[in-house]
Amino acid sequence: MLHTFVVYVENKPGVLSRVVSLFRRRGFNIDSLTVGRTEKPEVSRMTIVVDASEDAARRIMANTYKLVNVLLVDDVTNEPAILRDLTLVKVGAAHEARSQVLELAEVFRARVLDIAAESITLEMTGGEEKVDRLLELLTPYGLLEVVRTGVVAMRRGAKSPGLDAKTAVAPGAVDDVDPAFHSA
Amino acid sequence: MGSEKPMMTGSRILWSSLEREGVRHVFGYPGGAILPAYDALKHSSIRHILVRHEQGATHMADGFARATGGVGVAVATSGPGATNMVTGIATAMMDSSPIVCITGQVGSKLLGSDAFQETDITGVTLPITKHNYLVTRADEVAHAVREAFYVAKSGRPGPVLIDITKDAQQGTCEFDWEAAAPRLRGYRPDLSPAKEEYEKALQLIRESKRPLILGGHGILVSGAMQEVQAFAERASIPVAMTLLGLGALPASHFLNLGMMGMHGEAWVNTTIQEADLLLAFGMRFDDRVTGNLKTYAPNAKKIHVDIDLAEINKNVKVDVALVGDLRKILQELLPRIEPKNGQKWLDHILRLKGDTAVRDIQNLPDNGHLYAAHVINDLWHETRDGDTIVVTDVGQHQMWEAQYYKHEHPRSLITSGGLGTMGFALPAGIGAKVGRPDADVWVVPGDGGFQMTMSELATIVQENLKINIAIINNGYLGMVRQWQEFFYDKNYEATPLLSPDFKKLGEAYGIHSFAVKHRADVVPTVRAAKAHDGPVLIDFQVEQEDSVYPMVAAGASLSDMIRRPTPLVETAQDE
Repeated sequence: MLHTFVVYVENKPGVLSRVVSLFRRRGFNIDSLTVGRTEKPEVSRMTIVVDASEDAARRIMANTYKLVNVLLVDDVTNEPAILRDLTLVKVGAAHEARSQVLELAEVFRARVLDIAAESITLEMTGGEEKVDRLLELLTPYGLLEVVRTGVVAMRRGAKSPGLDAKTAVAPGAVDDVDPAFHSA
Repeated sequence: MGSEKPMMTGSRILWSSLEREGVRHVFGYPGGAILPAYDALKHSSIRHILVRHEQGATHMADGFARATGGVGVAVATSGPGATNMVTGIATAMMDSSPIVCITGQVGSKLLGSDAFQETDITGVTLPITKHNYLVTRADEVAHAVREAFYVAKSGRPGPVLIDITKDAQQGTCEFDWEAAAPRLRGYRPDLSPAKEEYEKALQLIRESKRPLILGGHGILVSGAMQEVQAFAERASIPVAMTLLGLGALPASHFLNLGMMGMHGEAWVNTTIQEADLLLAFGMRFDDRVTGNLKTYAPNAKKIHVDIDLAEINKNVKVDVALVGDLRKILQELLPRIEPKNGQKWLDHILRLKGDTAVRDIQNLPDNGHLYAAHVINDLWHETRDGDTIVVTDVGQHQMWEAQYYKHEHPRSLITSGGLGTMGFALPAGIGAKVGRPDADVWVVPGDGGFQMTMSELATIVQENLKINIAIINNGYLGMVRQWQEFFYDKNYEATPLLSPDFKKLGEAYGIHSFAVKHRADVVPTVRAAKAHDGPVLIDFQVEQEDSVYPMVAAGASLSDMIRRPTPLVETAQDE
């Protein structure tokens, strides 16, 4: 299943490549990865979506923590959280297609960024599923270009894990094991 | 401004920082990009040992660290100097050995321009260092050194590399040691288990009838030798050792069964398969100790004590994990362990041992052949009483050493386990001797591995180190030949190995050298080596096609061991 991790790292050169190198080396398959600044200038924040079993997800957290520049790893997969993905899509839309595409854009609350003779460019922000559905409906008109940023995530409510938390991992929790992992 | 801090170059700050970290020796090789640092060495009390190849420098730092429990330091220039360190860094990473590697780098303005001798060594070593630093300014040097030492030796130890540009070495700034303290907000080397995990562990121990401790390198790293022994004695639990754990519990201790795994003792592997509880202390269930995971210890619950959370459930699914420092965890557990009588279980294991004696090459009378096992056994008898460190390379001789040299003391065996690096022994032995000058160091390589790094013979002579080298020379890349014999229809492709006359080679370096072909000559030659006050080289020309038994084939079950054929073979050559 897809796991979503929010990873707080020190804002230093080379940290992104350390994280990516770790995932590559251990064979963890990244579905999407975003990185950006936060409210603290010395801290960057990544959202990493990985296809992994529960057991593999725990090892991903443990290995990520071993990187000296990693401050906190928060697995928000099963937490109330907002997940957002920004998509730009350029659709072929001349003549009568144009109004149909604009109609779809309105229903999905996608913003129209550019209208040209042969195309319309939309901006869509939302959960991944909603974006997937819009793209599906636009496909018959011809998707000329699509770019997606990948997911960014934030927990709902005022409570976010503090960066001072010493042990956010629960060592030795081995209850809900994925049996598939070890038969491999 | 009351306390004026001295203005210093980055180079002088480097050596001063190393001094403050307690460094007295570094192993290195100069070159263009590290020259400013070498120029400043004249101001330092640190002794520099000139190696013959940078790989040697890293193995020396590693051997130093393993012999002393401290941090070893290696120095090289940029580009090829730095890339030559890669094998040694990977070796230290796999065996959790704390070393700090310092490399020169081209000037910061040239970074990324493919300048002469420029290599992105922080990029290259990213996956094989615990952490690394690229330092481009003099005022970052002290801080990088302080953090590097802290990271290298804390938690699960490992190698750290500091790459310092030439202008950072030449630049000048205030040397402020206090301000250079580590600032590692995210680094957490000191995890400790939750209360309920202790309870679960204690319950499993109470319920077990056939428990077994698996003792690994972590016992030595944590310094938990006494605690492990007390724990085993109190609960009457036998102990099986990993290769890197040997010496953590005296081999002569009645609960010490010996080595487990691919070339472990047969009774040890059988005991693992029959146990109902495994207590893994500072080991990581490497494939060389587990064999096939599907059939590994099928009846056993498992308790895993390790400082690295990422090792938990990596290879073997465990029932209880205690993540933290082994010594502290055992101190917590010890008073709560109920004394137990495990005599029935121990008697059973003793019976398993009896089966092995008839297959032991040790029991073969002298038939004119020289067997490696006999050499190792005689060497052990002659050197067991002193403070002896044996440093082995990788292959058959390494396994024979592990089987027949009975290590009584911690840090008396130094060998490359995880990476299996041929060429490790000679330079690692140099590091061990520099770190513990009063110990007798015996470097025991095969004829293959020795030829990979034998250029360091010159280092031994130049540094006037009393090191004894006992080459186990069988004219083959022996372990690969053994695999070819067992698994590739005896197709000895690329394993017959020509060597120089090692005795003459040693003499060319001015090293007192011997060649030994008969068993009767082993003991007198070892004694002569001990009596000689300089370095000694002995070329033990042993039986060419002997194999290491027992053996669990790669991927096979621990229950499925290839045993030495009985009656003991009269090998080859009378034909």
